Amino acid sequence: MTEEIIRTENLTKNFGSLEVLKGISTTIRRGEVVSIIGPSGGGKSTFLRCLNLLEEPSGGKVFFKGQDITDKKLDICKFRQSIGMVFQNFNVFPNMTVLENITLAPVLEKKVPKAQAREEAMALLRRVGLEDKAEEYPRKLSGGQKQRLAIVRALAMQPEVMLFDEPTSALDPEMVKEVLNVIMDLTRSGMTILIVTHEMGFAREVSDRVLFICDGVIKEEGSPDQIFTCPHDPSTIKFLSMVL
Amino acid sequence: MDKIIGLLEKYYPVYLQGLWGTLWISAVTVLLGTVLGVLVAVLRMSRSKALNGIAGAYIEILRGTPILLQLYFFWIGLPKLLPFLELSDTQCIVVALVINASAYIAEIIRAGIGAVDKGQWEAARSIGLTETHLMTHVIMPQAVKNILPALCNEFITTVKGTSLASVFFVGELMTSYRSVQAATFLALESLTIVGIIYFLLNLILSRLLRVLERRMTASD
Ligand SMILES: Nc1ncnc2c1ncn2[C@@H]1O[C@H](COP(=O)(O)OP(=O)(O)O)[C@@H](O)[C@H]1O
Ligand SMILES: [Mg+2]
Repeated sequence: MTEEIIRTENLTKNFGSLEVLKGISTTIRRGEVVSIIGPSGGGKSTFLRCLNLLEEPSGGKVFFKGQDITDKKLDICKFRQSIGMVFQNFNVFPNMTVLENITLAPVLEKKVPKAQAREEAMALLRRVGLEDKAEEYPRKLSGGQKQRLAIVRALAMQPEVMLFDEPTSALDPEMVKEVLNVIMDLTRSGMTILIVTHEMGFAREVSDRVLFICDGVIKEEGSPDQIFTCPHDPSTIKFLSMVL
Repeated sequence: MDKIIGLLEKYYPVYLQGLWGTLWISAVTVLLGTVLGVLVAVLRMSRSKALNGIAGAYIEILRGTPILLQLYFFWIGLPKLLPFLELSDTQCIVVALVINASAYIAEIIRAGIGAVDKGQWEAARSIGLTETHLMTHVIMPQAVKNILPALCNEFITTVKGTSLASVFFVGELMTSYRSVQAATFLALESLTIVGIIYFLLNLILSRLLRVLERRMTASD
């Protein structure tokens, strides 16, 4: 068995009286690519956001490499540095250039020398085809370019796992491909990835495992072939019949 | 018209002195009001329910009562509360103006920060920035763009607000009007002069501020 990166134990989350996560237990191992699918409002984003404590879980535990990160005594910033996240709405920093977006956290939080941070950022930008945009401000970028920037901004911290929350849902159709290609490239490099997506073809192609989350629980999980060709749970069958 | 020119010729030092009073009182009010306002805004946004509540009450009370009442309150109350300081009327009034402005400025700051997209906080946290770096590098640079124009408006409001200080004969423009009127019985003429000075002052200020604003948005 390869090393576990993230493990949740009976993770729950309530917003007031609304139970959004009703006990999620799963383990993500190093190098695994796990897709999360499910209907809107089922708790997929909330689950992802609990993994780096953007949302504080109401109950249960989240472990990062065996350490319980819900422990209040821990410095959560240190853990977040190892857990990259990419959002549906990019959330690039508009007040900084592309290069500054990428070097900000390495320089501030990891004390990487500026010159080295710039060099590494340029290498990342080349990898996603944005090297000629290094000195631009994000407002000059297309949606697809912004999302590629958001991905390399996360990668610059050399995370051990990347969380993607519907990274292509806010994109015009012609830009979906360029972002999926970058993620595809990442999966080949051995990155551990957890991705919420509505791109079923992509999920099927890149995943080692698919989780179907609905009504705050993992209703079904399995290999992509099993989930997409012979789902067992009635809610999975219903969901897939609507989106495929 | 002749009378106005006559008044100006004879009493222009009084008006200049008043203009100077209005200017420095406004500048001090906005400067110190901003410092205090930042503090109140920080408390207002703190996670502590108690601090949050106190700051909230402070803001609501100051925004919910007339400024003239507040000026009286401090003018009468401060010397009684802190007799050893031997505060002058002017000092009491400036303290009152600063405290009043701080409430409005705290709200301006809070709104300016609140207008920054929630996603920016999340993205900054997700790459592991500390809360301090998150504020200094990501949120505040964006919030300042929302805050500065409103703060400039507050400056103009303050310039006009200082006229209330004349009730206490604190040397500013309205006090100049009262002095000249008392000496000459030319009320309308003196009012007109002071009115024109206020108008020109605010006209120049708002133009200056607009240029500043344009510079800021241009750098975006
Ligand atoms: N901050 C919040 N406050 C209140 N309710 C929330 C909040 N975030 C999410 N929810 C609710 O939680 C449920 C699950 O949301 P979400 O995790 O975004 O689902 P998904 O990503 O699967 O579409 C939804 O009903 C949503 O309205
Ligand atoms: Mg979602």
